[in-house]
This record gives sequence, structure tokens and C-alpha cells, in this order.
Amino acid sequence: MTKVSMTVNGKPAQAEAEGRTLLSSFLREELGLTGTHVGCDTSQCGACVVHVNGVAVKSCTMLAIEAEGADVATIEGQAAADGTLNIIQQAFQDHHGLQCGFCTPGMVMSTAALLQENPKPSEQEIREYLEGNICRCTGYHNIVKAIMAASGQDVSAIAAE
Amino acid sequence: MPKDSDQIESGIGASPKRREDVRFLTGAGNYTDDINLNGQAYVYFLRSDMAHGRIISIDTSDAAAMPGVVQIFTGADFEAVGGIPCGWQITDKHGEVMQEPAHPVLAQGKVRYVGDAIAAVVADSLDQARDAAEAIVLDIEELPAVINMKAALKEGATKVHDDLTSNLCYDWGFVEENKPAVEEAFAKAAHVTTLELVNNRLIANPMEPRVALGDFNRATGDSTLYTTSQNPHVIRLLMGAFVLGIPEHKLRVIAPDVGGGFGTKIFHYAEEAFCTFAAKALNRAVKWTSSRAEAFISDAHGRDHVTTIQLALDSDNNFTALRTDTHANMGAYLSTFAPSVPTWLHGTLMAGNYKTPLIYVNVKAVFTNTVPVDAYRGAGRPEATFQLERVIDKAARELGVDPIALRRQNFITEFPYATPVAVEYDTGDYNATMDKLEEIADLAGFAARRAKSEARGLVRGLGVNCYIEACGIAPSNLVGQLGARAGLYESATVRVNATGGLVVMTGSHSHGQGHETSFPQVIAEMIGIDESMVEIVHGDTANTPMGMGTYGSRSLAVGGSAMVRATEKIIAKAKKIAAHILEASDADIELKDGQFSIAGTDKSLAWGDVTLAAYVPHNYPLEDIEPGLEETAFYDPANFTYPSGAYACEVELDPETGKVSIERFAAADDFGNIVNPMIVDGQVHGGIGQGIGQALLEAAVYNEDGQLLSASYMDYAMPRADDLPFYQVDHSCQTPCTHNPLGVKGCGEAGAIGSPPAVVNAVVDALQSMGKDVTHVDMPLSPARVWAAMNG
Repeated sequence: MTKVSMTVNGKPAQAEAEGRTLLSSFLREELGLTGTHVGCDTSQCGACVVHVNGVAVKSCTMLAIEAEGADVATIEGQAAADGTLNIIQQAFQDHHGLQCGFCTPGMVMSTAALLQENPKPSEQEIREYLEGNICRCTGYHNIVKAIMAASGQDVSAIAAE
Repeated sequence: MPKDSDQIESGIGASPKRREDVRFLTGAGNYTDDINLNGQAYVYFLRSDMAHGRIISIDTSDAAAMPGVVQIFTGADFEAVGGIPCGWQITDKHGEVMQEPAHPVLAQGKVRYVGDAIAAVVADSLDQARDAAEAIVLDIEELPAVINMKAALKEGATKVHDDLTSNLCYDWGFVEENKPAVEEAFAKAAHVTTLELVNNRLIANPMEPRVALGDFNRATGDSTLYTTSQNPHVIRLLMGAFVLGIPEHKLRVIAPDVGGGFGTKIFHYAEEAFCTFAAKALNRAVKWTSSRAEAFISDAHGRDHVTTIQLALDSDNNFTALRTDTHANMGAYLSTFAPSVPTWLHGTLMAGNYKTPLIYVNVKAVFTNTVPVDAYRGAGRPEATFQLERVIDKAARELGVDPIALRRQNFITEFPYATPVAVEYDTGDYNATMDKLEEIADLAGFAARRAKSEARGLVRGLGVNCYIEACGIAPSNLVGQLGARAGLYESATVRVNATGGLVVMTGSHSHGQGHETSFPQVIAEMIGIDESMVEIVHGDTANTPMGMGTYGSRSLAVGGSAMVRATEKIIAKAKKIAAHILEASDADIELKDGQFSIAGTDKSLAWGDVTLAAYVPHNYPLEDIEPGLEETAFYDPANFTYPSGAYACEVELDPETGKVSIERFAAADDFGNIVNPMIVDGQVHGGIGQGIGQALLEAAVYNEDGQLLSASYMDYAMPRADDLPFYQVDHSCQTPCTHNPLGVKGCGEAGAIGSPPAVVNAVVDALQSMGKDVTHVDMPLSPARVWAAMNG
């Protein structure tokens, strides 16, 4: 066991980890940050996406010890201190971009990374970027719509509310 | 009703933002795997990597000595315990009941599919349990695997269950008495269209893998199971009564936030029984979290039918008879509702939207060395719709008539309509949904779009189909006659607090459907109060009345109706209280906008005045009614509800590669009255996404040795965002259900039922437009299959 220290959502955090402990397990089990979800074991589903030093990472593909000293952001740190949703979270709620909520943390974290890289992505760019995030509930319609809305694009012409 | 949804701000017909979203968007959801109990141990199941084998020995001695191991269990530890029960018994065409094999919690004697659990290692950590499992020494004699259904039924085939007479679970004929008339109609037909097809085996794949956490309190003798279930009461009854012998009052089942179900979280699974059993045996909480790899080989699969369908038409192109011959895979054991899916949930839908007077359905259910197969979104109804809508399309092409016109000519137009397959449709207007589809899909513009595709070197195809659904399966006394070992009512308790707020404890379960938002809309409308005054409680057997849960698009039609009935009782009692205080007669009291008033006067009382009086009964009719304001209702529907619709898909096919892309998809549905249009649209979107997944991408593929080749997201092609388009959906055609108080039908499965034939019809249309003599391609329509069809 090794002591691993990192900054998570702006606060220092440390706990013991085995060499084989994944960052996703470390966040969920050692730090109690259960908003990061694990939906597969082949790094396909994207439910576990967090940001490590500002870069979107599937936390199931990274060992906790590799994040030693890193600045980690998770879904728990996305809303304002008073609970106000950020613009992406709010767009997902406004446009019904989630149903069961299980893929949602990864979707929100991937969207944040996408909009950092590409502030006004086209529909096709959004769909391609989400290749690594699987949702089984929404058929993606309202997720894509929510992301377009979060990036300030007019979505009123998109089929069906 | 119907109202114009754009103008509705609250109550029925409005689209308030979902209240559950805030917790899901901030990481504050409470899914089963997020729950950890003090001192919990972890279980890892050692699963068979062999499809069929005889267990000679299981040596756990080395493994038991590994660090952290608490105890290792095998089938021998469960000999005194009941097996996993099946919830539906089918009677076959000879009047014999189905063959029903034992289904042990852990394998006994044989392993019967890759994934069958052989041993359960309980340890202080999951890693320790997994490490120890590797040290278990197995001696298993490999037996020939039975994978192909038709081969499984051959004389002399290896038997999955040695104590059964064969691999045939049942041979069901429906309606057996119709068979001679059907044969006669075929003999007289002017035209017969025949189609052989496969309804591909699928894996539901809710994004949250299954989890079970068992707990036991030795001081009270109470067991608790936290589980990823769509129906916690059903698990409590099945597991408590039939597996572990725990009475319901000593067993609490909690299904907290559940990350999608799609049918596969209806069933009672061995892992749930194991964790509950082991927690008591070890006096320690025991947790199991499925990995995705385990989910692929332990969650019940769906579909997997092989069918020959024949449609007879007269010289005027009227449908005169239909007959089908289906083999349905049950897998190695009977999952909870498996036998009902290819029978009562499939045969009864074979009339579709059409007035075919004579129908005969034959289904042979077969045991194979594969994961058990059970209900997946639509459950039997997608299989019925797919074959029917494909054979109609083929018939139209053979006869050289327009496929939409052929459908319209044969539509049922008068309701109620009794089909020849034992159900009565209460309402519908199939021409209206087809008209709406033609409008929203802009079918008139197809030729121009086809020309544009052609200019880009791509081939465009159009597929259209209809569907009929049967939701809210009922009534209980009928389904009992059909073999169900359960009732199919739903329950609600409405508790009004002294200060006027309400809590609704519902037997329905929400795992993405948004009940916490939509159910309060109904109550707010009935009483005339703000939705924020209503809270929904679900998912815990300790604080909700006995309910059947959520599946089969039943929540609003059945659970919502129970809630309405309970609220009606609340209002009736509240009116009595108001009448007493206002010194009027009950019959003169009106409730509107949260105010009780005496008709024709200005005397009134606010909702909150009456609810306070119910709990502070100083001025109260104590001689007539009890204090308090809490009512329960159980609602058992008189019939199914029958949503219907028409779907259109436009594909572009790349003639160089066979790759198909979905360019446009439109759905015109009739769900009766709508409570929350935003949620209904979302349900349809998700269903269409899964239906397109089935049509283009998904397949659970076994090789002849019984190895599941598509057992990870690397191999099982889940639909991604770039596989799917925006959808055009509409539910403005509304023929309300006549027998439930809300006039609602179900909307959860429609998309998955209606969309696969539209996709395949479109691809066949594209191929035929290229001059290819292709009448069918089996799903999934992968580039390889389409290319082979093009060049075959």
C-alpha cells in the first residue's frame, strides 16, 4: 500500500492505494466520491470520465498512483458552491439530456472537455467526440441538443422538444 | 384533453424540468454500488468458462487459505435451499405444462452455460476474493454444447438437463382451434408471401451493471437486500418465499437509484439470493458488483427467435390469414418471465394493426447451453412486429403495390376490435398516425432526397411500418389463467401531511423514467396545488405498498391509475371534512385550484385548512370518519392498453462498402393522453436508439462451442452518438385508453418495437432500387452482411 495524494475538486485529498488500484476505484471507494461511475471494464463506456490536470481521462484506465500530485476534477465539483448547476449541467436538465443518470457524470465531464477545445461544435463534431461515452437511455438526441445549447447555439429548430 | 402542450405550464400536459436530474447531474445519485455497509465483505463468483460440463470435483482448500478469504460456497451449500423460481408456466398445444428444470443458486452437477456460477468466494476485499477464485481447482468433464435451436431439438441431441425428456421447453399453438381454418384460408389464397427471418439475440446493457448487497441483523433477525431491480417487491416475494424461506416481514428489499433496466433488471437473479443468504450465514454484509464482462454472461439476454412467417392475401390484396412458426431460445434455465415472452407477449400481437381474420402461431421454446433469455425492451412485441411488418413489405413488393397503401387497405378502423389472437383493442386510429407520419417524415420529398444521395454516389432507401403495442399486461384473473404466477396490479399510498404536502408511496419503480417528476403532475392537477407539494417515494419494500414494479410500459397506465384511485379517496374524505367545517352537505362541496367551496356560494376553505383539520380534528365529524388523511389503492386494469404508431426510416447505403447510415427517422405515435410530453419524447428517442441498435449494430453471437464472442464493448456494438441521427417524433394523434382513469397508454417500449422493421425495410428498398433481387437481410445489417447481399 502506498499513500497517494492529489487535489480533488480544489481540495487536498489523500488515501492508501495498492499498486493495482484504479483511479476510478480510488475516487469511489477511498475518497467516497461515488459520482464517478464504472460502467465497463474495457474503457469504452466513459461513465468514469474525470479531468486530470485539465485533460479528460477515463479514470478506469489510470492507476491511482499515476495521479500522485495531480489536479483532479470530478462531477462533484462542477456545480457552484451554492448548488447552482454549471452551464452544461443546466443544459442537460433543460433539454432532458439524461434519464437514468448513470452515464451522466461522464457525459458532463466529456462535454466540458469538448467545449474547452471547441467552443461551438457542430452536431457532427459532438457526435464524433462522444464516441467514447455510451448512453443506453436517450438515443443521444437530447444529449447532442443539450451540448449544442450549452455552447450557446440555437436548438429551437431541432426536431421535437 | 388533448391540450396544446406548448401552452401548459403545470399539471397534466406540462413538461417541468425533472427533479431527479439535479442529483444525477451533481454526482449525488445513490446507486446500489454507492452503498457500502460497515464491515462488508465482497463476493466474487467463479463462473464456468465451458458451455456444458459435468462437475467432477471442486477443490477449494488452497483457495480457502488465501489472505482475506472468509468462506467459499459451492452448489453443495445450497442443496437445502430452493432454486430460482420461474414466474410463468406455459401450457402447450397438447395441454401439457412446460418442462421446467431446476435452477440452483450455484451450479449443481453440471455447468450449463459460459457464465454459470460454480463457486462464490467471500473475502475482505474484492481483489482478495478474485485472487482466491483463481486458486480453486476444478475438475469438469466437458460435454458437447447445444447451441443451435433446431439442432437441439433433433432426436438424440445432447440434453441441457438430463432429467428432462428433451430440450423442448414447450410447443405452443395459438390459437390451436384456429389452425384448420387457417390452413383452409391458405389453400384458397390468391397470393402467399413467405419470409424466414431471425430476430437477433441482444443484451440489454443498462449502463449500470447489476449489484447486490445483502445485510443481516442478528439482533432482530431481519435481512435486507439492496439491489439493482425494477421491482423490489417481486424480488422480496420470489426470493423470500421460494428460494430462502424468509417471510416478507423479515426481509426488506431496496432498489435505490437504478441506472437503467430495459427488462433485464426485472428478474430474480442467483446473485441476489446468494448475497442475502451469505450475509445471514456469515453475519456480515456481503456485496457483489458485476463487472461488465460478467454482465455479458450473467444478465438475461433478449430476443433470439428464428421464424418462418406466411401471409395469405385474396385477389384484392386483403389479408386473409397469417401463420408463423417460431423457435425461441430459452437459454440454459428459465429466467423469471422467459416462457411468457415468445407466447402471450408475442402471439397476442400478431394481428398488428390489421384485420387479418385468421391467425395461427406456433412457438417451440428450446433449452440451449447459453445464458438464459428473457424480456428485453418490448419483450415479444418487437419480435411480432418485426416479422409482421417485414412480411407485409415483402408482399407489397411481390404484388407490385405501394406498401403504405397495402397497410392502409388492411387497417383495423373500427374499435373496440377483437382480434383472432385473443385481445381486444379499445382504441386507435391507424390512418391518423400514418397521415401524421407522412407529414412529419416528409415522405413526399423522398424522391428528391434520393436523387441527391444518388448524385453523391449513395443509394437511398425508405422504410415505413406500423406497430401495435400491448402495455400494462392485465387483468390478474386473466393472466393467472394464462400461466402467470403473479398478479399484475399496482399500488399507491397517498399520505397527506397536516400542512398540506403529499407523499405518494408507489409500487412502480423509476430507473430513468422520471416518475418523481411526472407522477406529481397528475396529483397537482387533481387537487389544484403546486407540483412541489408532492413527493414520490419508491423502491423500498419497507415504505411502499406491495407493488409489481416497472416494466412493460406499465407505470403510468397501472401505477398512475392506482395513484389516481388513492387520490380520489383522499379528495372524497377531504370533502367530507370541508363539508363539516363549512356546515354544508358533502355533495355540494367542490374542489378547484386547491380550494373547497360550497357550490354557488363564496364560502370556501383552502386545501391546507382541511388537511390541518384532518390531523387537528377539533372541529371534525369524528362520529362519521376517522382523523388523518391517508389512503391506499390497488389498481388491477380491465385490459391492456394499445399504443400504436407509424414509423419511417431513410437510410443511405454506400454501394462500395455496404455501410448503412440512418439519415432520417420519424415516429408518429398514439399514446392516448400525455402527462409529460418531454419525458414521452425521451422515452421514444431511447427506444428508437435501441431499435436502430438491433437493426444495424447489436448481436450476441455464440460460436458452436458456446463461447459468447461478443462479450465486451469491444465486440458488442452498442449504438454510439455518431451512429444515430436526430429523430422527428410526434404524439399529437391521441385516442385515449377507455379503461384507465387517465386515458393513458404506455410509451416506454414503442420506439424499440416500431423501429427495427423500418430500418430493414429501408435497406431492402435501397437494395431493390439498385436492381438487386434481395428480399431480406437478417439483423444486424452490418456492412459485411449488406455487402454480401448486394454481391451475393
